[in-house]
Amino acid sequence: MSSVNTSGISLKITGGRLFDGQGAEQENTALLIRDGRIAAVGEAAARETADETISAENSVITPGFVDLCCNLREPGNGQKGNIASETLAAAHGGFTTVCASPETSPVNDSSAVTHLIRDGAASRSPIRVLPIGAITRGLEGDLLSDMAGLASAGCVAVGNGSRGVRNARILRRCMAYAQTFGLTVMFSPENQALAADGYAHDGLVTSRLGLLGIPEVAETAAVMEMLLLAEETGVRLHLSQLSCGRSVEMLADARSRGIAVTADVAMHQLVFTEDALAGFDSRFHVRPPLRGESDRKALIAGVREGIIDAIVSQHQPHDTAAKQAPMAATEPGLSSIESVLSLGLELVEMNELALPDLIRALTTGPASVLGRTARLAEGETADICLFDPDAFWTPNSKTLVSAGRHAPVTDRELPGVIRLTLSEGRKAWSQAVI
Amino acid sequence: MTANDSSPHHLQLTRDGQLRHFLTLDGLDRALLTDILDTADSFIEVGERTIKKVPLLRGRTVVNLFFESSTRTRSTFELAAKRLSADVLNLDISTSATSKGESLSDTLLNLEAMASDMFVVRHSQSGAPHFIAESVTPGVAIINAGDGRHAHPTQAMLDMLTIRQHKGQFEGLKVAIVGDVLHSRVARSQIRALNELGAEEVRVIAPGTLLPKDVESLGCTVEYDMTRGMKDLDVVIMLRLQKERMEGALLPSEREFYRLYGLNQQKLALAHPECIVMHPGPINRGVEIESAVADGPQSVILNQVTNGIAIRMAVMSMAMGGQVSERQQKLSERGQA
Repeated sequence: MSSVNTSGISLKITGGRLFDGQGAEQENTALLIRDGRIAAVGEAAARETADETISAENSVITPGFVDLCCNLREPGNGQKGNIASETLAAAHGGFTTVCASPETSPVNDSSAVTHLIRDGAASRSPIRVLPIGAITRGLEGDLLSDMAGLASAGCVAVGNGSRGVRNARILRRCMAYAQTFGLTVMFSPENQALAADGYAHDGLVTSRLGLLGIPEVAETAAVMEMLLLAEETGVRLHLSQLSCGRSVEMLADARSRGIAVTADVAMHQLVFTEDALAGFDSRFHVRPPLRGESDRKALIAGVREGIIDAIVSQHQPHDTAAKQAPMAATEPGLSSIESVLSLGLELVEMNELALPDLIRALTTGPASVLGRTARLAEGETADICLFDPDAFWTPNSKTLVSAGRHAPVTDRELPGVIRLTLSEGRKAWSQAVI
Repeated sequence: MTANDSSPHHLQLTRDGQLRHFLTLDGLDRALLTDILDTADSFIEVGERTIKKVPLLRGRTVVNLFFESSTRTRSTFELAAKRLSADVLNLDISTSATSKGESLSDTLLNLEAMASDMFVVRHSQSGAPHFIAESVTPGVAIINAGDGRHAHPTQAMLDMLTIRQHKGQFEGLKVAIVGDVLHSRVARSQIRALNELGAEEVRVIAPGTLLPKDVESLGCTVEYDMTRGMKDLDVVIMLRLQKERMEGALLPSEREFYRLYGLNQQKLALAHPECIVMHPGPINRGVEIESAVADGPQSVILNQVTNGIAIRMAVMSMAMGGQVSERQQKLSERGQA
């Protein structure tokens, strides 16, 4: 089940439906992979012979998925997961690149921790791990971290995970300092004073169940503040995990005024609403909270129209105890990375999202936020995902790889089985290997 | 999209619609609520006897599991269980295990080892009794004695019993609930009960800071002005105001609250002349209610306390009955298989 070292071996994928990441879609073509790169595409590839040939009949071939928000739980939270377990889960979900959240223990606010993560990934991850550095020391929201040091150690952006900063003055300085080094700032917008002790959307379900609400304005006020500060400081801002329809409107407006801002949304925000909490289901205690149906629709429209660049997993594996309690006492987050594609394909099935839009938001969209490419063209790195959109699987303790067992769906079949994930030409996940 | 259907009302009913837990009034229909009131009526007579006992829970162990302290609710649950001939154990968890860092799941495992038949649960977190009902061994009934801001279904039912005693029926009644609805589990359960039982109008009267978001969706109208809101009322229910509400900037002062939303004789005179005054207790005299009103002829506050025992006897015996018949059904199915 773990990665098989096949570098040096050539591999040919024939047939299937190929999305090259540049908007072109081809049927029944061929891909030749050699030395970790795509050596040829189309006729040129079809003519070549390879050590192994894989038929992609009935399958879709895309660039490997890129996740801008993933918690690997290492260092420090081994009871919830580790680099080996969670990157393998990511490969099982079709991902070849994941950004590792700075919310580890200790938090990733120094080059030492960054190196620890990169070394762990180098020896135990079948896919690429790109660390995100903490923008404030200890993620406490008070003092600047050594951002330049984090960048040279390999952090691709800086952010505050799901935690806010003390006030707008600190935030403004964080942005100005990050801008000095051309670092992208990734923020999950939440005004802490407005969110207070809340843990669910302040709406109908919360009012009925007597849960403590997080009002929409906790997000929208923070989005507005961040957009204004980004405009003023000139920093490249990425808004992580939006949950409100109103945020999408503000984002579109900022884009139209030329502000350098990108954004993502977690897949579960596109699928579920506050109704998921109706039975006090602590699994759906997520942050930002699941909001109303109109928000869900607006977020999907945002993805469709390209206002939201990326769909992320916001993967947060937990030990059972962290989720087994009345909602207020549980930790937020879903073990979601293995179900992202399947949930997305259900949206496609329901005509809420087109397949090319879904693939873009999982590949080229997030890649471009990181200044990277995700293309199936000659000379490109062979990061490839091959999935059967019409095959079904049921997420459960037998089929899930992540150490976290609270997947968004565990009791029914989902469409979309990942048959093969290639990371730099190596098999990071292969259905045949299970 | 709904992620699951383990909503509380599925959890608290047997397949044939009997009560097996009592967690919330959501999902319980008028027939079942009326059944609870009728059963409670029959228990009122028990309280008037010299020997105040019936053998319905003889040999059963009821554990009062109070994670949040309460004198009145706990003692009426205790009396109710004893009048049903159960053995009763009172556990004040707020001062024991959980303060030492033990999780709720672990506390439960330990308590289940004592082979109890019923847990009466009070907890400061909304949904805690629901969580316990989901994780407890089959056959053990859970009764919600108040959870966070969510529900206090026995309180609401004893209030309904009190209203029925004084008004005969619910049809045509205009009822107002006044004060801190936002933090009130009692108000949520009352609004639900009054709607299901057919009250004509449920009004909430409070400033905007003490109302939950979209409160109308719970089945009520909103009135900010109490003088207007008192008009034509048949029942006025006052809620307790916690002193800490000033600190969170929800209210400026007790004095201003009392002036605007406190119930005095002048305001009560604006209601229907036979309007009854209720309060779940404990009352704050001079904060939400004037002494002359609390102790006056229209007040039924002490009836509420008496009815509390009968309602709790009704709910406990019905939930135990549901658990027993469910077990018998399973045994007979296994016998047939």
